[in-house]
Amino acid sequence: MTRGLALLRTRPAALVALVIVVLVLAWALVPGLFTGQDPITGVPADKLQAPGAAHWFGTDHLGRDLFSRTVHGTSLSVRAALLAIGVALVAGSGVGLLAGFLGGPVDDALMRATDVLLAIPGLLLSLAVVTALGFGTVKVAIAVGVASVATFARVMRSQVLRVRHATYVEAARLAGAGRGAVLLRHVLPNAAGPVLALAAVELGAVILAVSALSFLGYGATPPTPEWGSLVAEGRDYLAVAWWYSTLPGLVIALFVLAVGVLGRALTRETRTDR
Amino acid sequence: MLAYVLRRLAGAVAVLWAAFTVSYLILYLLPSDPVAIMLDQGAGGERVDPERVAELRERYGFDQGPLQQYVTLLGRTLTGDLGTSISSGAPVSGLIADAFPETAKLAGLALALALVAGVGIALLASWTRAAWLRDLLLALPPLGVAVPGFWVGLVLLHLFSFTWFVFPAVGNEGFASLVLPTVTLAIGLAAVVAQVLSQGLREAWRAPYVETAFAKGSGRARVLGAHVVRNGSLPTVTVLGVLVGNLLGGTVVVETVFSRQGFGRLVENAVTTQDIPVVQGLVVVAAAVFVLTSLLVDLVHPLLDPRVLAGAHGRTGGGAR
Repeated sequence: MTRGLALLRTRPAALVALVIVVLVLAWALVPGLFTGQDPITGVPADKLQAPGAAHWFGTDHLGRDLFSRTVHGTSLSVRAALLAIGVALVAGSGVGLLAGFLGGPVDDALMRATDVLLAIPGLLLSLAVVTALGFGTVKVAIAVGVASVATFARVMRSQVLRVRHATYVEAARLAGAGRGAVLLRHVLPNAAGPVLALAAVELGAVILAVSALSFLGYGATPPTPEWGSLVAEGRDYLAVAWWYSTLPGLVIALFVLAVGVLGRALTRETRTDR
Repeated sequence: MLAYVLRRLAGAVAVLWAAFTVSYLILYLLPSDPVAIMLDQGAGGERVDPERVAELRERYGFDQGPLQQYVTLLGRTLTGDLGTSISSGAPVSGLIADAFPETAKLAGLALALALVAGVGIALLASWTRAAWLRDLLLALPPLGVAVPGFWVGLVLLHLFSFTWFVFPAVGNEGFASLVLPTVTLAIGLAAVVAQVLSQGLREAWRAPYVETAFAKGSGRARVLGAHVVRNGSLPTVTVLGVLVGNLLGGTVVVETVFSRQGFGRLVENAVTTQDIPVVQGLVVVAAAVFVLTSLLVDLVHPLLDPRVLAGAHGRTGGGAR
């Protein structure tokens, strides 16, 4: 913890990033604290107003406050991203753990399978899953998660291979621990660090992928606000209302940038730990 | 050398077959009833004709077991028949062939621009000794990776089409309509190229041969050009396949933003109408593009780094990430 604080002091960028991430997470948890305006029903008389004191991000074509819609949309977008990471983390770690620990033909088969997942461009793989599952934020999140499974599987496998023949693992084996117990009690905890750091780094990419699918219209159904669909809604008003697409998109960009800065700082940490 | 080429060719075919299999698993086995999805979308809510259901079941082999279905589809795909679109009834291979040239133009230009920009940033950052310039240049790639492509496209549209009227907002007409989509598509890619290349160059600068070259009296520019670049650019070459694959994925968003016809737009339409045969055809074609690019990279790789051939008898590191 103290080392974490020192890291923030020596790296001002990480501090700024942390502030942004915490602020956005707070938007996701208690949106009502940051805006008192209704995200769903607008005041038609106030439609397409430029940003100002009354409406920080301006208003949309139905007179809804865009700052409020962005803040309220955060929860859905961030939860979708976390679900996607969860899917990739659990499925990918499972595959990597089994492949690395069992070795032999199981390892070969699982790794060839991840090669194939890597051969299909990520967005297209997600879109194929969306086609099969149907539309909606949860399905989009699962689809994005599926596209990242292979990356997690590879990193987990390489970590397991590193740990598998460590002295403490051999010792646990010799002391009579079963394969399952060794896997869960000794191999997994020691292999998890870099995989969790990868989750932090991938989070940014996942948010972008979820927003892209929601921008294409496969996410939440209107009028529910979601980051990507907010940008999409503004498309038809580009000529008259620059703020409509620009400001929600800027929030996505800043958040992804901040997550990336923190993720890289975390990766450096787990690397020096070894 | 021949053994190396043959092994790479066999690997490419295997990956392609596997990509077909994965897309089959996702698209035909994951939905509870693919025919229902197909008809649901094609009919637009009308009463579904039972004869049509039976016809589709037979056409796609759903009256048979999964294994037989799969073999039927694979056999057809091998003869170049990717099936027919549910929503338009047109052959999928024809749809893709029609859409591809426009997208190839866009993707090719974007790749060229991304390479020039990405390589330029990495080289300049590697060559300069001014700390502020290096920091500035190295701050660009994380920024480029973080901005959503669809957002960049809309901001560019707003500025250059609706405020200054420099470029047309929509369509496929002429070179002017290509500029904004190319820039939008290239930004993310350039950022990745710059990141991977500058990482490779940074490692190459630390190698002993750099010191040797300096000791023999070479200048900074010559050491960079003759030694560091040649060794430090290899990781960039190997990720090229992944980048071209991502490029095709990126066209889905970019072609939608700029209302261009092409591969990406076809994907967007097919997913929106849940047109399963078209989606599968597009996924297989995208995987083929990835596999061909990786194959090309694998074949060029020994020319840049002869050690690859020497090590080819042992482990082979794939072209992917």
